[in-house]
Amino acid sequence: MSETQDKRGRPAAKDRPFLDELEAKPFWANLKEHKFTSQRCSACGKFFGFPPQFLCPHCLASEYEWIPLSGKGKVYSFVTYHRAWHPAYQDKVPYNVSLIETEEGVRMMSNVVGCPPEAVKIGMPVEIVYEDFEDYTLPKFRPAT
Amino acid sequence: MSRVGVIGAGHGVFGRRSDATVQELAFEAFRLAIKDAGISRDDLDATVVAAVPEYHKQRSVAGVVQEYLNLNPKPTWLTEVACASGSAAIRTAWMAIKSGVHQVVAVIGCQKMTEMATAEILALMGRVGEVQWESIFGSTFPGYYAMFATSHMHEFGTTHEQMMQVAVKNHFYGSKNPNALFRKEIQLDKAMNSDAVASPFCVYDCCANADGAACLILAEESRAKALSKKVVWLDGVGCATASMSVLRRPNLVGLPSAVEAGQQAFRMAKVTAKDVKVAEVHDCFTIAEIMAYEDLGFCKKGHGGKFIEEKRSYIGGEVAVNVDGGLKAKGHPIGATGVSMAYEIVKQLRGESGERQVPNADIGLTHNVGGIGQYTFVHLFRRD
Repeated sequence: MSETQDKRGRPAAKDRPFLDELEAKPFWANLKEHKFTSQRCSACGKFFGFPPQFLCPHCLASEYEWIPLSGKGKVYSFVTYHRAWHPAYQDKVPYNVSLIETEEGVRMMSNVVGCPPEAVKIGMPVEIVYEDFEDYTLPKFRPAT
Repeated sequence: MSRVGVIGAGHGVFGRRSDATVQELAFEAFRLAIKDAGISRDDLDATVVAAVPEYHKQRSVAGVVQEYLNLNPKPTWLTEVACASGSAAIRTAWMAIKSGVHQVVAVIGCQKMTEMATAEILALMGRVGEVQWESIFGSTFPGYYAMFATSHMHEFGTTHEQMMQVAVKNHFYGSKNPNALFRKEIQLDKAMNSDAVASPFCVYDCCANADGAACLILAEESRAKALSKKVVWLDGVGCATASMSVLRRPNLVGLPSAVEAGQQAFRMAKVTAKDVKVAEVHDCFTIAEIMAYEDLGFCKKGHGGKFIEEKRSYIGGEVAVNVDGGLKAKGHPIGATGVSMAYEIVKQLRGESGERQVPNADIGLTHNVGGIGQYTFVHLFRRD
């Protein structure tokens, strides 16, 4: 298996988002400018949360705005991986994956970085940190200062 | 409305089956089920095949199986809802019979997991969840259930040792099941010290992939009674879903789809959780069995850890759970698992389970989960 393909020629999972997915395009574009945003419904006022979509998951209205989030939140749950499930993660184990709940009540999967995985706890306050790559940015979180 | 009964059941050996193709595995179970029912192929109206296609090199496995069993031109179709595909096939057959379209239907769950390298399978399994919004951070299948385990421990004080007692139980019964992949008992301390996979899970918290097949023959009530003297009735079927994205779940301490599917099945069969003597639940990871006790109502939410610790899910306890070894010891050929669960319940209700027989088993339940509760099917079986 290469980094980008498995031996049957399908794209291998790798920590790279689908930047061109229509619903999510503004999210990745905003993130590239270090703006962490989520859709908020213009009809019912609730946040869509992730994954982004064209219709409000609560009331099915189609009008929404991309609203900046504070970037602050807490760890809802977490796991520490000790095995690499893909060659791309070979040099990363052990690594953390956490379900983050933002102050606005939006949840997203991410990694808590900037502390050892064993220091991560449920309820731990965290804040966003932008991890820049050549053509995109990933939202990660670190213990809140 | 007439009932639907199981008149035959067959089960192949689960394991690393380098000796057989997927269609040969299907034949192995099918032959046993037909023999068990005492019918011929001509008595069948249709076949429903359960398998998860992405693990096979050959596409459209239903057609391959139908040809191999020499069942053309009778109808067949494939059902797929990840690890719950087998139960979806049973539900589909039940619906086909209830609707009056077919009278006698074979359900075949079959899967050859070892056609691919483990790394390739893991990459596929990593994508069981929401590919775009979860997998990019390195999440995988064990990791999702590990998060449920972490939340369950945090909220209810459930311990890793309690979880591992599920593995000890299931390996204990698996050691007595000739169709199981692992036929050895395990010791709690050794299991607790096995290699870390995704905290809190170690190797022994996780079930193993396997090749295998199982088959059930379902029939409409009057045909069932005419063809068989040992009918087991499928009196309750429940099915529910939950969000594909785990991050949209209300909490990580249970599977809402399992609660809902269970309630549907109990209502339809007019029984309660207390009436169930023997159950097969989806123990893909140890925490999953603990959550199943709670979601199905065998115990209160949060009490699942104590339930296994006090051995209440052993034979002799309130409800005997996974006494064929479960996914944990029997192995998990994805498409076959739901049918394998039903096979065990049918044998138990007929009193044919030998040293693993649950006394007075008259009502049995299967709980089959696809993904991380994206789909759950609960079925209730009864003998008259």
